[in-house]
Amino acid sequence: MSYISQILFAVVLVAGIGYFAINVKKLVRNIRLGRAIDRTDNKAERWKNMVRIALGQQKMVVRPLAGFLHIIVYAGFIIINIEVLEIIIDGLFGTHRIFSFLGGFYSFLIASFEILAVLVIVAVAVFWARRNIVKLKRFFYPEMKGWPKSDGNIILYFEAVLMCLFLAMNGADYSLQQMGAEHYTMAGSFPVSQFLVPWFENYSTATLIFIERTAWWLHIVGILAFLNYLYFSKHLHILLAFPNTWYANLKPKGEFNNLESVTKEVQLMMDPNADPFAAPAEDKGDDMPEKFGASDVSDLNWVQLLNAYTCTECGRCTSECPASQTGKKLSPRKIMMDTRDRLEEVGKNIDANKGEFKEDGKQLLDDYISREELWACTTCNACVEACPVSINPLSIIMDMRRYLVMEQSAAPMELNNMMGNIENNAAPWPYNQMDRLNWKNE
Amino acid sequence: MSDTIKVPTMAEMMAEGKSPEVLFWVGCSGSFDDRAKKITKAFVKLLNKANVSFAVLGTEESCTGDPAKRAGNEMLFQMQAMTNIEVLNGYEVKKIVTACPHCFNTLKNEYPSLGGNYDVVHHTQFLRSLLSEGKLTIEGGKFKGKRITFHDPCYLGRANNVYEAPRDLIQKLDAELVEMKSCKKRGLCCGAGGAQMFKEPEKGNKDINIERTEQALETKPEIIAAGCPFCNTMLTDGIKNKEKEAQIAVMDVAELIANAGDL
Repeated sequence: MSYISQILFAVVLVAGIGYFAINVKKLVRNIRLGRAIDRTDNKAERWKNMVRIALGQQKMVVRPLAGFLHIIVYAGFIIINIEVLEIIIDGLFGTHRIFSFLGGFYSFLIASFEILAVLVIVAVAVFWARRNIVKLKRFFYPEMKGWPKSDGNIILYFEAVLMCLFLAMNGADYSLQQMGAEHYTMAGSFPVSQFLVPWFENYSTATLIFIERTAWWLHIVGILAFLNYLYFSKHLHILLAFPNTWYANLKPKGEFNNLESVTKEVQLMMDPNADPFAAPAEDKGDDMPEKFGASDVSDLNWVQLLNAYTCTECGRCTSECPASQTGKKLSPRKIMMDTRDRLEEVGKNIDANKGEFKEDGKQLLDDYISREELWACTTCNACVEACPVSINPLSIIMDMRRYLVMEQSAAPMELNNMMGNIENNAAPWPYNQMDRLNWKNE
Repeated sequence: MSDTIKVPTMAEMMAEGKSPEVLFWVGCSGSFDDRAKKITKAFVKLLNKANVSFAVLGTEESCTGDPAKRAGNEMLFQMQAMTNIEVLNGYEVKKIVTACPHCFNTLKNEYPSLGGNYDVVHHTQFLRSLLSEGKLTIEGGKFKGKRITFHDPCYLGRANNVYEAPRDLIQKLDAELVEMKSCKKRGLCCGAGGAQMFKEPEKGNKDINIERTEQALETKPEIIAAGCPFCNTMLTDGIKNKEKEAQIAVMDVAELIANAGDL
């Protein structure tokens, strides 16, 4: 009997982790559709940022209430995983509470898991209330309708149910321990689930074992299900926050990259010795001139695509965005959600066409992100500063503007006038360069 | 107001065989916008008072390319940048001070990889160092006890992490510095950045400068201080919109200091 459940457990475990691994492979493949960018300089600072921002949650606490509650759920998630390790060992080897040999320390561990579990349930309840009763504005922007809204709630239900199962399992176990049931040796300390014991008083040993086993199985199956849910939800940040903060931009936020492809052209233009009629160099492998800017996900760099998968749609960016605050169509969160949705679409297209992308007549620009959104941005970096996991929506907006202006000459008319002025008289306004010093004598 | 300001150009200096310690990059707004020209003059008066050896490019100055770059026109930006770098390197410029955070950001961060390496400072940083070196003194009299709120320009603050220099200067005036609800890292944009200055805003329910002006008004200030000519324009428009221009002045930090010293 015991062997059957051990085998069943092994099958469930392998299937759960296996399916997740398949999706991780897909995720990595999709991220690699992005252009190359080197973000491996300054490793010490990168590690420091990861520890500070992802592990240390430094930017979460900018908003103290949400930050505090998030730390509880986060700590619960990390620490209760020690319990998951025990469950896996017990499941595979048919043991029961294998770590109980730790004695007093084991009691301490179980007791702290239980207290954390209750705190997590409380935090999750407050999070739920913020989304569904208080109706915090940032959870109700247009991009949060439908799936994103349900997704947010499903995750909270998942977490609450997992914690309840954990406590039910412990409560039944503790009752069995007190009854002296076989296999249920005295182990652990149960500051919370002890209160469930009176409920279980009149149950037979068999019923209690059934409750304990059911809760145990549902808990571990639930965790595996949750793991596999990640890829289909906004919740990947629990894993991707770490690489995302590591690979984040380290330069000043105001520094936008200088496109190298443009530099080459401008140097050629300004070089008095360049022969304008020279044939293009032939030894180059890539004869397609590089596209300026981005109109689709494959024009973005892979860190921008990693950003899109990391976004958990908290909306802090959007709530700090001056354009969003004043009713413009732009929402930096939507930029990230659109990028991910389009990337997923491209990925599915590749899967369906034997590993080759088949032109689908769609792109990120216009089919997902409108020009009105792009032109509403003031490049103020508020969204970049606000993101608790170092996502940069502004860089995507800029790359798409570059495409609009340099590939399509599709800037708003007033901006074309401004740029015309710079070309003609070296100022954004139509003033003569020769009048630049007139202020001195006015 | 004393009207004898000395503004040598790089060309004049070179003709005399001299080279100044620092180049004052005036910027388009500081050169052409009537309001911003006053900021330029106020800053020059302070430079003159502190006997700083400086020069301007004058008619050789040209747009840094910032608005073109933020609008997405990388080509035009780099053309501007390389032209300017040729001029700057030709004069062997080492240090640049500017009163415009957009010029500051572009010159400091985006010129180096195109061959322009200079020590670039914002005028509030420069003024603070003049004070600490004792080359300039501030008489706070006129602004003593006045409620002043400082609006962080995005390209000075978030973009380059300069938050304290302008605040230190305001505090030297013995003024009462009051902060808006979004300030420093979380400061709200005035609405001009990213080339928005040169276009009508996209459709919305409010203009960004009005939102920011309302935040400033919540602090009940007598003066709104700015460190950017574009922010200055946006906030001045906001104050006019709220019909408060008789009670509340929008001033650059350099103007505050120059006015305090009756320059």
